[in-house]
Amino acid sequence: MGKTLAEKVWDAHVVRSAEGEPDLLFIDLHLIHEVTSPQAFDGLRDAGRRVRRPDLTLATEDHNVPTFDIDKPIADPISRAQVQALRTNAAEFGVSIYSLGDIEQGIVHVVGPQLGLTQPGMTVVCGDSHTSTHGAFGALAFGIGTSEVEHVLATQTLPLKRFKTMAVEVEGDLPEGVTAKDLILAVIAKIGTGGGQGYVLEYRGKAVRALSMEARMTVCNMSIEAGARAGLIAPDDITFDYLKGRDRAPSGADWDTAVAYWRTLVTDADASFDQIVTIDAASLSPFVTWGTNPGQGVPLSSNVPSPSDYADEGDRVAAASALEYMGLVAGTAMKDITVDTVFIGSCTNGRIEDLRAAAEVFQGRTVAAGVTALVVPGSVRVRLEAEAEGLDKIFTASGAEWRNAGCSMCLAMNADKVAPGQRSASTSNRNFEGRQGPGSRTHLVSPQVAAATAVLGHLASPADLPAPAGV
Amino acid sequence: MEKFTVHTGRALPLRRSNVDTDQIIPAEYLKRITRHGYEDALFSAWRKNPDFILNDPRYSEVSVLVAGPDFGTGSSREHAVWALQDYGFKVVLSSRFADIFRGNSGKIGFLTAVVAHDVVEQIWDMIEADPSTEITVDLVDRVVRMGDLEAPFEVDDYVRWRLIEGLDDIGITLQSADLIGEFEAKRPSYMPTTA
Repeated sequence: MGKTLAEKVWDAHVVRSAEGEPDLLFIDLHLIHEVTSPQAFDGLRDAGRRVRRPDLTLATEDHNVPTFDIDKPIADPISRAQVQALRTNAAEFGVSIYSLGDIEQGIVHVVGPQLGLTQPGMTVVCGDSHTSTHGAFGALAFGIGTSEVEHVLATQTLPLKRFKTMAVEVEGDLPEGVTAKDLILAVIAKIGTGGGQGYVLEYRGKAVRALSMEARMTVCNMSIEAGARAGLIAPDDITFDYLKGRDRAPSGADWDTAVAYWRTLVTDADASFDQIVTIDAASLSPFVTWGTNPGQGVPLSSNVPSPSDYADEGDRVAAASALEYMGLVAGTAMKDITVDTVFIGSCTNGRIEDLRAAAEVFQGRTVAAGVTALVVPGSVRVRLEAEAEGLDKIFTASGAEWRNAGCSMCLAMNADKVAPGQRSASTSNRNFEGRQGPGSRTHLVSPQVAAATAVLGHLASPADLPAPAGV
Repeated sequence: MEKFTVHTGRALPLRRSNVDTDQIIPAEYLKRITRHGYEDALFSAWRKNPDFILNDPRYSEVSVLVAGPDFGTGSSREHAVWALQDYGFKVVLSSRFADIFRGNSGKIGFLTAVVAHDVVEQIWDMIEADPSTEITVDLVDRVVRMGDLEAPFEVDDYVRWRLIEGLDDIGITLQSADLIGEFEAKRPSYMPTTA
């Protein structure tokens, strides 16, 4: 019997396999950042161990760095000490690092792909659950905890139990105005936040094949919100075109050798998945969340659900608790929900295509009175590209703030926070209680919906906007 | 790593599903670079509410957390396990755990025991009837016992063996250093490096 893509990548990385034990998998790329690595380096020091493959390890500063005044020392002393610890550890153990101010600095999951470091068929890990992003290239990529970070640093391997496989078949075409973010939010709402537990998701079907690399990264990024540690998409010409010529991509004869191998990285026709979920792309529309987990989402055109809509007692309790936290009343039209803050950025939607999509909506329009809109590029390269295209001018002319690269308001570890009780429309990945600051209320949306929401002051799609001034 | 065989203690009934790691430990505590001392961070946003169950003096000496399904979803932060451990918890019981949280727990000797949800419900009822009732989690026999209740739980065979023996994963892997070297020698030369 044939193999699925995930099984092919797995099997190509097994260092050791024994009955009743997890497989020992080789890791091709280990990305690290300031938040989940300091205790791992301490562990190495305590045990007198070294980093086995500093040449397969890369550090970047992203989670708690400021997005303004980046030429000054970090104001928060605890953040500053954590970033300094990463720099010291990288120097001591010989690991390459892209620090604040470096042209390659940015969110770890934006930096890897844009350098061409993330390639089909690789195993990629990072102490961050959104490592699933790299699966867009047909890599097996997943988040790990700090003990596993230490394990990979010391051995360049991880002992892992085989995942099950789930096909997410997205048939047909996405309608005009429906984005990768809407697609993945709809997938999560369908299978639930625990539906993917124990699985690797493979996104397949015509609608997925039609997505750009950046859109595929948005989809794979949120696999973890469906409970799946990894999600991937078979590489194809769109993948190869994206990679060709990038700094760390193979070149010359190596390129041809690599592409010949990459073309074999597809699920065989006679392979079988442990589970199959089917989505009709044509049925989708802009999708937003109303609750406090990413599975609590509905079409933007619908209403806030009622706890009584749910058959399961646990779901009813969770819905009631979410409504209370979110300060929402069942039956309210989603489009009647007003917001205080709009955040455009993160490893989900902080790439150049996302910023272009948002800028197109902002062009000739202004941010509604009383709304703060923040645009945070995913990396310095993205920022520079956006500025070369004049996108920054569009954002600032509309009244949005244009910042420097980092995770920023996605998890509010730096100074970018939603105030207690305030409501945000955010292109990030988590609407958990307090995620964007203590007491914050988050609605997850696409960049297009975020921009339209900023202009109108309530949840909206670009289709709800009057024509822009001067057009 | 400390060995885990049998633990007996009081339990906390946390009647919530989808307890994500941002709730277990909010991001503001992740700026610390130390490995211990996270007991103050555990459920810190919820603990600001005086009605939150962890603030109830009847549950001041708990070491077993009994939670609804999908415990530990979201961020990969191992700090969530550290906070539970530092507070004094030894075990979490739930009908479903997020994969990364479960993996992180197993790595450092913290037990995540999967029990059927109706067992969770029975245990919640028993604890609430008498918070001083102790529960025993027996990893050797893979059962939980409380009053007249005895129910099996699921745990990965390999994780169970490592917990019972108190074995450090890195030490085990380093026994395969030669195999790792052989694998490295065969990797294609076109694969990228970060150097």
